[in-house]
Amino acid sequence: MNWTGFIFVASIGRWAIELTHGLGRAGLFLGEVFLQFDVLFRRPRLLIQQLYSVGVLTVLIIILSGFFVGMVLGLQGYNTLVGFGAESSLGLAVAKLLTRELGPVLTALLFTGRAGSALTAEIGLMKATEQIAALEMMAVNPVRRIIASRFFAAVLSVPLLTAMFCVVGVFGGHLVGVEMLGVDNGVFWSSMQQGVDLYDDIFGGLIKSLVFGFFIGWIALNQGYFCQPNSAGISRATTATVVTSSLAVFSLNYCLTALMFSA
Amino acid sequence: MTFLHLKDIEFSFPGKKLFEELDLSVWKGQITVIMGPSGCGKSSLLSMIGGRLVPSAGSIEFDGELVKPADKKKLYCQRRKMGMLFQSSALLTDLSVFENVAFPVREHTDLPEDIIRLIVLIKLEMVGLRGAANLMPSELSGGMARRVALARAIALDPDLVMYDEPFTGLDPISMGVIVKLIRELNDALNLTSIVVTHDIVEGCSIADYIYIVGNRNLIGHGTVEQLTDSNDPLVKQFMAGLPDGPVAYHYPASPFENELSRS
Amino acid sequence: MKTKLSELFVGVFLLAGVVSVAFLAMNVGNLDSESSGESYRVSASFDNIGGLNAKSPVTLAGVRIGRVTSIQVDRDRFNAVVNMTISSAYNNLPLDTSASILTSGLLGSQYIGLDPGGDIEVLQEGSVIDITQSAIVLENLISKFLFSQAEK
Repeated sequence: MNWTGFIFVASIGRWAIELTHGLGRAGLFLGEVFLQFDVLFRRPRLLIQQLYSVGVLTVLIIILSGFFVGMVLGLQGYNTLVGFGAESSLGLAVAKLLTRELGPVLTALLFTGRAGSALTAEIGLMKATEQIAALEMMAVNPVRRIIASRFFAAVLSVPLLTAMFCVVGVFGGHLVGVEMLGVDNGVFWSSMQQGVDLYDDIFGGLIKSLVFGFFIGWIALNQGYFCQPNSAGISRATTATVVTSSLAVFSLNYCLTALMFSA
Repeated sequence: MTFLHLKDIEFSFPGKKLFEELDLSVWKGQITVIMGPSGCGKSSLLSMIGGRLVPSAGSIEFDGELVKPADKKKLYCQRRKMGMLFQSSALLTDLSVFENVAFPVREHTDLPEDIIRLIVLIKLEMVGLRGAANLMPSELSGGMARRVALARAIALDPDLVMYDEPFTGLDPISMGVIVKLIRELNDALNLTSIVVTHDIVEGCSIADYIYIVGNRNLIGHGTVEQLTDSNDPLVKQFMAGLPDGPVAYHYPASPFENELSRS
Repeated sequence: MKTKLSELFVGVFLLAGVVSVAFLAMNVGNLDSESSGESYRVSASFDNIGGLNAKSPVTLAGVRIGRVTSIQVDRDRFNAVVNMTISSAYNNLPLDTSASILTSGLLGSQYIGLDPGGDIEVLQEGSVIDITQSAIVLENLISKFLFSQAEK
């Protein structure tokens, strides 16, 4: 085999080793976060602070996006359904799309962009300015003090944000469908209530969003905690968070949909 | 009395061996200065003492007990007896000066608020920054931030304080303040201090004992007088700050003629 | 003061999240018909169920009173057995009630419509509805129509 071929194969090998190493490290990291679970009950204030910066500050973008998504669903849904004379099912179409797919997925993507990247940058900067090392030298476990609360805040926030997204979206669809295009108000709601299933659609969607929150929190904090502690490293880690989280959300969404809704 | 003993330390970063069979002792109550060229691993030495890096061979004995990073519980107990001042100060950016100094006290004790307040104000008074208690870290100059970090490092009354490049990047006045503080705190609080620096003048002005690190091992050690009188060419070059000598001015390279003729 | 305000916001955030979930459950989903508890099971056989599936509604005079739980094929008689639950509030349906598979709208989803008879005895847990009418399959309808045209 010639020399470039050799280098090529070796680089594949190194890539695989680094990937395995990274995955193993991320797994151990997650395990350590879970070992610090009790910090939630011992020091709830830490969680509250993070719920504020991770959850509350994301509400506005979620509500605005949810409203516009709901409105466009109302418009497009109406235009499509009216061709079959089935505009009475508009409420059902809007609600089912929102609760099953668009709510969880779009909320997760917005959360990644708004909160996930911020988490990575924050932790990465703490590492670059030796704050994490300082915590360790003060005999404070940084995973316990700064990582665990952020992780659980993310896991808790995403389902709540998803629920808000869906509710606002339904009202957005209502605004366009009922107020502007003249679908009957009662038909809008009753078709929704008849067709949307509490367990399959609503709880299924919320379970999805819980899983998304879990993975986004994990990816974002892992990227920040193990980034190269300089500006190039932090920017790389932030990009990696957004890219990896988004891909994870899309692929997990398919897997979860296949698992939950196919049976 | 030996307070800290590093024995046969061997340590390497990927692709670079930093230390081989390094032996180093620190006596109780003294200020030990570790000097050496940039990038020779002085800071890594402090990280090893703090148990954040693990030497590939050798042992570290701190106050009669081995530092073993695998034993997390014991390591955290040992770290509570150490204080560390980082080069970047490493203040927690979302907490005020007061809260930064109070941080280790709050984390490790259940003292009532008025006693914590007293402790913090005493420590801040020691570094002359009691008036800055309510400022945020972003409002401090580099020298002030380092003094706050010093107050934080001594908040729990440690036995050992480690200074990582305490003189770097300071104006002459702030430098003088830090030099004075290291000496005063060491004597007043009955501390043992380790100062890592490459500033020869300031290092010599406070040192009880000096180690010069380089070439993967000690170049020389002794009191200030012993080292200035030394005949060892390496020690001489370092103490006088000569650009060329046993440590070559040129980074190792092929002869320049060869490189020129190649193009 | 600053921490107090952020804590208030967090409280509002959590409440809004819970209210949203509750709103989805009550107004968007079908929590009320789902959770009304007590119900009894009956079954019915059809020659053809068309597009009926599990969870399709069971209605009486157009009002939803239950839902289809499962659909199986009877291996001996080669027809479909549909199991359904009916809310116990309607435990006075006569035994000779008939069940037909109907379509909501021209192309809408299919559901079971119950048509009460006049028997004194009533349907109860495990009863079988004997009188059934299968789904109307459009293709069959068209072919019947074509045959009748051809015979003329």
